[in-house]
Amino acid sequence: MIDMERVAYSYGEELLSELSLSISQGSFYFLTGPSGSGKTTFLKMCYGALVPTSGKLSVFGKESSSLSRDEIAYLRRKIGVVHQDCQFLDHLNVVDNIALPIMVSARSSLSDSLNLKELLNWVGLSHRSNALPAELSGGERQRAALARAIIMSPNIILADEPTGNIDWEMSQRLIRLLVELNHMGKTVVIATHDLNLIRFTKTSVQARVLRISNKTVQLAGSDL
Amino acid sequence: MAGVEDYSLPNRYAVQIVPTNGFTSLLTFFSSASMAFLIVFSIAMSTAADRLAQSWSASLANSATLRVAAPLVDIESQTEAALNVLSSTKGIASFRLLKVEEQQALLEPWFGPNVPIDNLPMPRLIVIEENEGGYDRVGLKLRLAAEVPSAVLDDHTRWREPLVKAAYRIWFLGWLSTCLVLCIVVSMIILVTRAGLLSNRKVIEVLRLVGATDQYIAGAFVRKFAFRAFFGSTLGAVVASMALFLLPSKVDQNATLIGLRLEGLEWSWLIIIPVFFFILTFFAARISSLKILKSLS
Repeated sequence: MIDMERVAYSYGEELLSELSLSISQGSFYFLTGPSGSGKTTFLKMCYGALVPTSGKLSVFGKESSSLSRDEIAYLRRKIGVVHQDCQFLDHLNVVDNIALPIMVSARSSLSDSLNLKELLNWVGLSHRSNALPAELSGGERQRAALARAIIMSPNIILADEPTGNIDWEMSQRLIRLLVELNHMGKTVVIATHDLNLIRFTKTSVQARVLRISNKTVQLAGSDL
Repeated sequence: MAGVEDYSLPNRYAVQIVPTNGFTSLLTFFSSASMAFLIVFSIAMSTAADRLAQSWSASLANSATLRVAAPLVDIESQTEAALNVLSSTKGIASFRLLKVEEQQALLEPWFGPNVPIDNLPMPRLIVIEENEGGYDRVGLKLRLAAEVPSAVLDDHTRWREPLVKAAYRIWFLGWLSTCLVLCIVVSMIILVTRAGLLSNRKVIEVLRLVGATDQYIAGAFVRKFAFRAFFGSTLGAVVASMALFLLPSKVDQNATLIGLRLEGLEWSWLIIIPVFFFILTFFAARISSLKILKSLS
């Protein structure tokens, strides 16, 4: 699903190098490491926002560096992304924000995307559908961002510090939703530095932990 | 905004994906209104000049005046000779010697009424109307020179041509002004699109994150600007047409003004201008926004 072969990324100074790994369908990964270690860069490369400066990165069998601008847009429709700051359009209500991927994909029907009403029920935001993002709590925002990320039934869900701005109870609720998605066969990659969250998740799913250190990524041991 | 119950995909165009920005909206609206106002006046000026040129070209094109300016003792015989020459010239439909009263009426604007012109050394005037094929001007001039040396043939081209030329230049300048105004509209739209896109980087980022193509993002911005330009230019065109209505009528303008107004089918410009503004702004905004989006990657 996501294959990296000696991938490197540099913002002038090299941040990541010699990344070689393969993320398969239905797996659950945590990506951990100190702030500034390159977790966000790693995820951005996975959804085509950044192109590796060297090496070969393939997503769904297509090499990211050879994708056209339109192909990258189509790729992002197959990958759900949840950011720490959620990235909503502040002037649109919750339902419009969640439906944004459907709107931009110019689909003629909702049949092959998830039912919006069921989705809102699932993330527990039915009563907040007409609220503006600014009116939501941190947890509600994250759940709305998750709903938007999965509305197109993507195969991969990438979450960048999704619990960074919410309390422990809300973090657990969000993780349960992500675990549920993984049980449905979705691949989940979560970037976090919250070890408690990783331990909590490991109680319900077989999650692997990738640690970024010294510019490269390693599979962490079972000590977590 | 749609609720969950009534959420359907046709709403995708109704949802205001691009937030309303008061400054760029007003700028687009009022600039379009002002430019459409100026274009209506430029077109009115052009069409009026065109009408004037055509009327000047047509009204005296088939007529000429023969002036017999001989000393008083010879004037009657010279006039007679001139009439004889005209009667035997092919291509002349009719000719008529102006009566003294008619000549008096012609001079009235300058000398006032009841001027005793009998005592003045006035030339005699013969009005000539040519038929469709026209007459041989050079041949007639040569014959007159030989038989009536005091006669001067004036076919009006001497003063008609510069006037027609001037009217056509005004017509050209009117259209040139219209083109320049349209160039300003294109520049304005490019600047507004640029400002709109750069001030909405976050919107672009979010749309890209959820899989929007550049065409989709550009479309969202372009629709906004094109519709504003359309409504602005409609207002400008309507106000301009009202202003044209309020101008003095043709009669009031005497003969000295060119009659700045639209006539008949020319009023269709009031529909054509806003539609053209929409098309122009649509393409200008689309091309510039796609270019800017490419640079924002």
